Amino acid sequence: MAEVQFRFRDDEPVADPAVTVDSFAAQSNAAAVRLEPGDDAALLIPHLERLRLVEVAFPVWTDGRGYSSARTLREAGYTGELRAVGDVLIDQLGQMRRCGFDSFAPEHELDADDAAASFARWDNVYQATGDGRKPIWALRHPA
Amino acid sequence: MYKYDSYDQQMVDTRVAEFRDQTRRRLEGHLTEDQFRPLRLMNGLYLQLHAYMLRVAVPYGTLSSAQMRMLGDIADKYDRGYGHFTTRQNIQYNWIKLEDAPDILADLASVEMHAIQTSGNCIRNISSDQYAGAAADELVDPRPYAELLRQWSSFHPEFLALPRKFKIAVIASETDRAAMLLHDIGIRIVRNDAGEIGAAFYVGGGMGRTPMIAPLIRDFVPLDQLITYAEACLRVYNRHGRRDNKYKARIKILVHELGKAEYTRQVEAEFAHLLSQDIEPPLAELARIKAQFADPAYETGLADEIDLANPAFARWVASNTHAHKAPGYAIAVVSLKPVGGIPGDASADQIRLMADLARDYSFDELRVTHAQNIVYAHVRKADLFALWQKLDAAGLATANLDQIGDIIACPGLDYCSLANARSIPVAQKISERFAANGKAEDIGELKLKISGCINACGHHHAGHIGILGVDRKGTENYQLLLGGSEGADCSLGTITGPGFGEDGIVDAVEKATDVYLARRESGERFLDTYRRIGMQPFKEAIYAKESVDG
Amino acid sequence: MKILTGNDLRSGAVVWWDGSGWSLHVEQAADVGSDGDVIAAREVAARTVVSPYVIDGEATSAGVRPAHIKERIRALGPTVRLDLSLKPADPAAGDWVI
Repeated sequence: MAEVQFRFRDDEPVADPAVTVDSFAAQSNAAAVRLEPGDDAALLIPHLERLRLVEVAFPVWTDGRGYSSARTLREAGYTGELRAVGDVLIDQLGQMRRCGFDSFAPEHELDADDAAASFARWDNVYQATGDGRKPIWALRHPA
Repeated sequence: MYKYDSYDQQMVDTRVAEFRDQTRRRLEGHLTEDQFRPLRLMNGLYLQLHAYMLRVAVPYGTLSSAQMRMLGDIADKYDRGYGHFTTRQNIQYNWIKLEDAPDILADLASVEMHAIQTSGNCIRNISSDQYAGAAADELVDPRPYAELLRQWSSFHPEFLALPRKFKIAVIASETDRAAMLLHDIGIRIVRNDAGEIGAAFYVGGGMGRTPMIAPLIRDFVPLDQLITYAEACLRVYNRHGRRDNKYKARIKILVHELGKAEYTRQVEAEFAHLLSQDIEPPLAELARIKAQFADPAYETGLADEIDLANPAFARWVASNTHAHKAPGYAIAVVSLKPVGGIPGDASADQIRLMADLARDYSFDELRVTHAQNIVYAHVRKADLFALWQKLDAAGLATANLDQIGDIIACPGLDYCSLANARSIPVAQKISERFAANGKAEDIGELKLKISGCINACGHHHAGHIGILGVDRKGTENYQLLLGGSEGADCSLGTITGPGFGEDGIVDAVEKATDVYLARRESGERFLDTYRRIGMQPFKEAIYAKESVDG
Repeated sequence: MKILTGNDLRSGAVVWWDGSGWSLHVEQAADVGSDGDVIAAREVAARTVVSPYVIDGEATSAGVRPAHIKERIRALGPTVRLDLSLKPADPAAGDWVI
């Protein structure tokens, strides 16, 4: 299992192994689940209260389904840990964060300085993605 | 036109810094080519047949004279003295060095330009009507909506790793001048029965291997839900578009395989959910953008007549100008298709001249058309002659708009590593044949489009006459198609039969036009005659065995 | 014969493996036999070249000629802009391609 290299949470990391979506529903005490690219994140929505960790697998970063999975969960009110796992590379860290990921377990360790630069790259953003950042259109037109 | 505020400027400047860093890391070995390729593609940098190629975005085809001048300077400073205007209203440079690319992006950023998302599996340049803001038949100027969508789509974190590229077009007239129905999403701004303005969404069009016309998914989206609806369309595609087969990964395949009803149902469900997520910019933002597309300060009391004593000028006015909504003004089109020339190419000097002429004659603004020509949208009729003279002196006054000589051609095997055959020499030969036989003006409107491979960047499926280059056992061969159309009467061309060599295809095209000339009824264009009489008469003429005597 | 072509990583120029390095001139392309992939991998790792690939070529009196028209265009330059090709002064340069 890949190490979590970056984590933007104050709470204790969940130690439970992440189970598959299929077995999650049957295991009423499971608190950690792993979503593959083809899994439907909406299946987890009825169980958000007991979920503390969702791992989203990126076998290859160019398969961007995990970005939609992340946003779907955050939009449904999930506040637990949302972890990007696998082909997690420097240049996608910022956009992953914007989609709601708050922890990152790249399969190959990343350069910490490059990662920090990537997370901090964009002072402003054009879209509202539920990550709490005010998009430029909101800054242009303060309510 | 839209001018950046400090936020927009900062975004492109940040992008330059990001790409400079990515290029450094590539050259130092921290990124493999597999890791770097998608990143450079999202900055428009391809590795092509002869060198790196850079595709610069011209958002919805509109640019200022200062921006056009920079494009000419870039051609001289970093390339080999010319650029190529594309079928998506962009410009391409063919001889770029990777080590120069960050500096080029910095130069572009200094004039509010960029190459963001002009390639890669992301939302590409949003195209629009080249007569926007000037044509009498538009409901509104479509470009503010295109600008709103441009900002929404730029660096959208959820949609940077789509199954495949994604192309959006926005129009606001019933006449479709942007091939809207052949886009992944085509949007037409419309007015409903209650008099409100909103957007009709057509989703799932495209060309390439499996051309399809986009079906109507929603006939009216209110303007204050435009972004939310677009986001719903994209999210369904991102989640369910095929990722197992590159040739089946466009949204047209998803819409086709799900069926329009099911795709629509999924979009509407996602849309209903997203409405609660506050992702829509306020209408004040659309108003802010619209204010920058206000009409230029038209003069009044201008002469409406044009002195057509000069026959060459008169021909150019007849073919290359279009009615303008304001009295005393005209829309003028610069043909980048000189006889025997390379369609869409312009030298650095020509580009700078066109920039100067925009400053002098058209309120400082130019448009690039998807037919690879340049438009001056607001020219006083009284200035047309002076404009024409200056264009003519630079080889930019070919009077062939929408005629057979106004060929749309992809770069083909001369430039593109995806191509199976060269397209430019075929375009040149056809252009020369019809200049020599003198039939072009009589034939009138005939949109001829050439693609060098099945990817259809030359839009051959949508040509009244289309030509597709193929590789037949290592030799270039050309298939002929008839009856395509890119407008609101959208249709896809039909292959005539066996293919031809380079000389044979030119003969075949001439035979097809001869059938039209012989069989047309009053007022019919080539396309109309073809639709009336069908393929058979054309096929007979094209494949008739030559008589023994010649 | 098998020859190896690619693009210079930094400049993007089309290059041909000449046996010991990368040349701009296809005439100097070496027969890589079955070693093409190994050489390619090594050169990619060394960051000299990008996207190398092996093609068929034939030895002629004028030097190596790629078997397919695409690589002949790659070797010469665009046939419609011979002024930009590697042989701008030779009006018959395009004939070699077809």
